[in-house]
Amino acid sequence: MTLLTLDAIGRSFGAIQALAGVDLSIAAGEVVGLMGDNGAGKSTLAKIIAGNFPPSSGTMMFDGQQVAFARPVDARAVGIEVVYQDLALADNLSAAANVFLGRELHRRIGPFLLLDHSAMQQRATALFRELKSETRAEDLVRQMSGGQRQAVAIARTRLADARLIIMDEPTAAISVRQVAEVLALIGRLREAGIAVILISHRMPDIFETCDRVVVMRRGRKVADKPIAASSPQEVTGLITGALETA
Amino acid sequence: MANVISSDMRRPAWYAGGFFASQTAYVSGALAIIVIIMAALAPVFLSLGNLINVATNFSYIAIVSLGATLVILTAGIDLSVGSVMALTAILTALLLRWTSASPLGAVPGLAMSVAVLGGLLSACGIGLINGLLIARLELTPFVTTLGMLSVARGLCYAITRGAGVAITGGDADLFSSLTDGDILGVPLPLIYLLILAAGMGVFLHHTASGRYVFALGGNERAARLAGVPVARIKTGVYVASALLAGFAGILMAGWLGSVPANLAQGYELRIIAAAVIGGANLSGGIGGPSGAVVGAALIEVIRNGLVLARVDTYWQDTLVGVIIIAAVVVDRLRSRRTGS
Repeated sequence: MTLLTLDAIGRSFGAIQALAGVDLSIAAGEVVGLMGDNGAGKSTLAKIIAGNFPPSSGTMMFDGQQVAFARPVDARAVGIEVVYQDLALADNLSAAANVFLGRELHRRIGPFLLLDHSAMQQRATALFRELKSETRAEDLVRQMSGGQRQAVAIARTRLADARLIIMDEPTAAISVRQVAEVLALIGRLREAGIAVILISHRMPDIFETCDRVVVMRRGRKVADKPIAASSPQEVTGLITGALETA
Repeated sequence: MANVISSDMRRPAWYAGGFFASQTAYVSGALAIIVIIMAALAPVFLSLGNLINVATNFSYIAIVSLGATLVILTAGIDLSVGSVMALTAILTALLLRWTSASPLGAVPGLAMSVAVLGGLLSACGIGLINGLLIARLELTPFVTTLGMLSVARGLCYAITRGAGVAITGGDADLFSSLTDGDILGVPLPLIYLLILAAGMGVFLHHTASGRYVFALGGNERAARLAGVPVARIKTGVYVASALLAGFAGILMAGWLGSVPANLAQGYELRIIAAAVIGGANLSGGIGGPSGAVVGAALIEVIRNGLVLARVDTYWQDTLVGVIIIAAVVVDRLRSRRTGS
C-alpha cells in the first residue's frame, strides 16, 4: 500500500532551484535510503515532507489524501515524524520527560492538572522494551550513550503512532556498536509497518538497512531502485555525477 | 567488554545521585557548618530574637530569588528585580494613601486590597514588558532587564522626588500586621516564603509548564520542535520574577513603615548570587526553589554572623563574593570528577 506519493515536487529559494520535478512513492513498512552530496536537495526534500516549508510546485499525497503542510505540526498530525540529526533532546531531563515533551500525560487532582509521572514512566519503559533498547526511562539524557539518545528520539516518534519517520543522519556521530543498535531500531520500525526515510552519508548503513535507495544530485532524483539491484560503487558514481542515471 | 557494559548500566548509589549530588545539598551542608561556627563565635547568634531577625531579613531576598531562579532556569537573567521591588512598594504606598482618602477607605481592608493589587499589577506589567521584549523581539535578557533596572529606579525617584513614602491611612495597621506580623512567633515573611517555595516546587516538578521551563533551559530548539509554547513560557517566567519582586517589595514596605526611593538598591546582585550559590546554573536547566532559599539563607547568616562577631562590615561583600565563586568552583570540580 502506498503511503506517501510525491508528484513533481520542486522548490526554489529566490533564484536558486533547490529541488526540481521529484517524484517519489513510499509504501508502509518500507525503508528508503536517501543519499546525495551536500546541497543535492536531500534536506530540502525531507523538510518539505516534514512540513518545515511548502514546495514551490508539485503535489503531495499521504495515505490517499492530498496534503499541504503549513507547519511541522500539520505533518505530525497525519503521522509524519522527524528524528533530527542532533536529536533535539533536552539533556537535563529524563528519558521519559523527553519522550513526552509537549505531549505530557496528566491526572486531575482537585482543580489541578498535574503530571502523571508513573504513567509516563511506564509508557516510556514499554516503548524502550519494544525497541529492545537498554535505555532506562528515569535516567537523565545527559548520562546516556549516543545509541540510547537515538532510542529516546525514536521512542518520541513511536509515542505519536507515526506512520512515516524521517531520520536525518542518525549514525553520523556515534560509535560502531551504537550504529548497529540504531540500525536494529530501524528494523523494528519496519516490522511495525512504519515507513522510514533514512538520510545518510554512510553507504554501509544504507545497504544494510534499506529496501530501496534514492539518489539526489543537484536537486534532481537521479536514481530510485531496490537495494538488491544496486551496489555501493554505482551509488557513489551517481552521487558524484560519474554516472548520469541508473 | 562485558565489564564496560555492566558499569555503564549500573545505577548510581543513592548518595551519588539526585538531591544528594546537587549543589543545593552541599551548600545546605556548608550552611549548617557556618551556623555552628557563627554560634561558637557569637553565642547570641542562636538567640530567638536574632534567629527571627535573620529569618525575616533573608525571606525578602529569598522570595525574589525564587523568581530569579525561574528566570535562570530558562537560561535568562533578570537584573531589574531590585528596582521592581522599590517601584512596587512605592506605588502600593501611594495607592494606599489615595484609596484610604477615597470612599474605598470606608470598608476596612478594601483600601489596602486595592493598593496591594494595584502594586502587584504594576509589577506584572513590568514583567510583561521584559518578557515580551525577550521572548517576542528576542532581545538579550541581560540588556533588556539592565535597561528596565534603570527605567524602574528612575520612576521611583521621579514619582517620589527622591523622598520616602510613608505607609499611612486607615488600613496602615492591617497592612503592617499582614506584612510584618507573625504566626506563633514565626515571622510572616518566612511563612510567605515557604508557601511560595513549596508552590514553585509543585509547579516545576508536577506541571507541564514547569517541565517546559526546564526543557527551555536544557535545549530551547528541542523544546520548540516538540511544540512547547516557548514564547509564552519565557514571558511567564519574567512576569513571575517581577511579581515575586513586587511582593517582596510590599513586604519590605510593611517592615519599614515607609518606602525610601532607594529601597532594595543593588539587591539584584545579592538575589542572583543567592540563586547561584543555591545551585541555579546560569547556562540554564538546573536549579530549584530549595536552592534559592538555602542560598539566600547562607548569605544572610554570614552577614549577620559577621556583624555579631564584630568583624568589620566592609568585609561582608568580599566574603559573600568568595562564597559565590567557591560554590561554583566546587560544583565544577564535582561535575568534572563525575563527568556529568
